[in-house]
Amino acid sequence: MHYFEMLLSALGQGAIYAPMALGVFIAFRILNTPDLTIDGSFVFGMTVCAMVTVAGHPVLAILAGTAAGMLAGLVTGILQTSLQINAILSGILTMTGLYTVNYMVLGGQANLYLQQMQINESGVEVPVASQTIYKMMAAVAGNGEVSSLILSGLIVVIVSVLLSLFFKTRPGIAIRATGDNEEMVRSSSINADRSRTLGIMLANSLVGLSGAMLCQQQRYADLGCGNGMLVVGLASVIIGQALFGRRGVTLGVVSAVIGSVLYRMILQGAYQIDMPSYTVKLLSALIVTVALVMPLTKEKMNTMRIRRAGEKEAYK
Amino acid sequence: MSTQLSITRLTKIFEPGTANQKIALNNFSLEVKKGEFITILGSNGAGKSTLFNGILGKFFPDSGRIILDGEDITYWKDFKRAAKIGCLFQNPMRGTAPNMTIEENLALAYTRNASKSFFAVTRKDSGYFRELLATLDLGLEDRMKTKMGLLSGGQRQAASLLMATIAKPKLLLLDEHTAALDPVTSRKVLEITGKIIEQNQLTALMITHDMNQALAFGSRTIMMDGGTLVLDIHGSERAEMTPRKLVDLYTDQSGQLLSDRTMLSL
Ligand SMILES: Nc1ncnc2c1ncn2[C@@H]1O[C@H](COP(=O)(O)OP(=O)(O)O)[C@@H](O)[C@H]1O
Ligand SMILES: [Mg+2]
Repeated sequence: MHYFEMLLSALGQGAIYAPMALGVFIAFRILNTPDLTIDGSFVFGMTVCAMVTVAGHPVLAILAGTAAGMLAGLVTGILQTSLQINAILSGILTMTGLYTVNYMVLGGQANLYLQQMQINESGVEVPVASQTIYKMMAAVAGNGEVSSLILSGLIVVIVSVLLSLFFKTRPGIAIRATGDNEEMVRSSSINADRSRTLGIMLANSLVGLSGAMLCQQQRYADLGCGNGMLVVGLASVIIGQALFGRRGVTLGVVSAVIGSVLYRMILQGAYQIDMPSYTVKLLSALIVTVALVMPLTKEKMNTMRIRRAGEKEAYK
Repeated sequence: MSTQLSITRLTKIFEPGTANQKIALNNFSLEVKKGEFITILGSNGAGKSTLFNGILGKFFPDSGRIILDGEDITYWKDFKRAAKIGCLFQNPMRGTAPNMTIEENLALAYTRNASKSFFAVTRKDSGYFRELLATLDLGLEDRMKTKMGLLSGGQRQAASLLMATIAKPKLLLLDEHTAALDPVTSRKVLEITGKIIEQNQLTALMITHDMNQALAFGSRTIMMDGGTLVLDIHGSERAEMTPRKLVDLYTDQSGQLLSDRTMLSL
C-alpha cells in the first residue's frame, strides 16, 4: 500500500512537470538551443494562472498561464534572432526580467494562495478556496490523488499527441530542421528566425502550462517554484533518453514524459532513505552531470581497453 | 533568348580599411541567358564562392546590381531569394538536415512550391519524392524513412541535388559540389547533375577546378581572377578548346599561372 501511494504520487508529480520536460526537450533537443528562460516562464505561467484563478476562471487560468509562457518565449526568441543576442544570455535576460514581472503579477508579493473572500450565511467575510480544474475533477471523479492524476495525465496525453502531430506539419518540420541545419532551412526559402522564435514560444508555452497546473494543484503560487526548474527538465529528458535512446521526434516526446515520471520516482527513492527535501536540487544537478559525462567516460574506458590490449600484444 | 540573370559591376570588399582588406569581387559583370549552363573556372581566392554568396544574399554587395528574371534582388533577404535559387556546396553536410528522414528533407525543400497542406509529407508528395529518388538510381527510393545523416557523402550530395532542384529554381548554383567525393561517386553525381539540368532546362552556374569538366558540361565557360571576369568562351571557340589551350589563354590574360589544383586536372 505504501509503495502504491508512492507510485501514485510520483505519477501525479511526473505528469504535472511533464509539459515542462517537453518544453526543455523542444528547446535543447529539437532546437539545439540552451534556453534559460525556463525557470522564469514556469513561474510566469504560475503567477498569471493564480491571478486568473482567484478571479474565478479556473480553465481560462490554465490557458492564460500557457499563453504567459508563450509570451516569455516570444521575448527570448526576439532577443535571439532579431537582436542577435547570444542564446544563453537571451534566456538569462528574459528570466531575470520576469522576476520583477512575476512579483508585480502577484500584486507585489512573493506568494499567493488561491482563495477568494466570500460572505457566509452569518454575514461574515471568510476566505474560500478558489475553484480549480482539480476541484472540478474531484467533483466528478471523487477526491484524492487518483482524480488529480487522471486529470494531469489526460492533459499530458493530449499535449503529447498534439505535439507529435505538430512536428509532422509544415511549420513543425521547419522548426525541427532549424535546430538540425539552419543554413539548409534558409536555403529552402524558410524564415529560420521565425521558425526558431516559434519553437522557443512553443517550448515555453508548455513550461508555462506546467507552472499553471502546479499552481492549481498545490493551490498557491510562489516565486521560488521555478528555481532549478531547467535542471529538473534536463534531468527528465536525459533519463528518458537513457531508456529510449535518441531516435524519432515522437519517441522523444514519449521519453521526455516518462523521464519526468522516473525523475519523481528517483526523488521518492531518495526520500525513502531519509534524504532531507533540500537535497533535491543537488541530486538533480548530479543526475544531469553524470548523464552528460557518461558518453565521455564510455569513450575513455574504451580507449584504455584498446591501449591495454595493444600493450599486452606488444610486450608479450 | 531572354536574360535570366544579370549581374552588373558587383563589388565586395572584405575588411575594408584594414591591413587584411581584400577585394573579393571587383566590378564583376555577367549576363546569363535563360536555360544557359555556365561552368566557372579560376584559381583559389579568385572570388568564385564570393560571387555565389553574393547572388545568394549571404551579404549585400558594396556596389552593383543583381537582377534575376527581371526582378532586382540585390537587397532581398537570403531566405526570400532562396525561393528562386537552388544551391549546392562542396560539403554534403551543408545541404541536408541529418536528424530528419530523407522524405522530410525533401518535403522541407519542396515547401517552396508545394501545396499548402497541413502535414509536411502528403501521400501525393511522397509518391512524387519516390519517383524523383528513383531517378538517382541509388536505391534511395526504398529508404525514404531513413535519417539523412546515415547516408554516405555521395548519397547525401545526390539527395541535396534533388532538394536544390525540386522546386524548379530560376537559377541553380553549384560550388565544386563533387570535389569532396571519391572519383567514381563524383562522376555519378555529375552525370545526375547534367541530366537534371537538361531535363528541367535549368539556368545553372557550376564552379569546378577540373578543366575537362568545365569544358565537358554546359555551353559556356568563364574564368575569374582577382574578382573579375578574365575569360568568357562559348560556341565554336569553346568546342575547339582543350585544357592545355585554356591554360595558355589564362596565362596570357591574367599574366600569372593557374593554381596547382587546377593544373593537376589537366
Ligand atoms: N568572409 C570573408 N572574410 C574575409 N575575406 C574573405 C571572406 N570570404 C572570402 N574572403 C576572401 O575573398 C577572396 C575570394 O574568396 P573566394 O570567393 O572564397 O575564392 P574562391 O574563388 O576560391 O572560391 C579570398 O581572398 C578570400 O580570402
Ligand atoms: Mg571557393
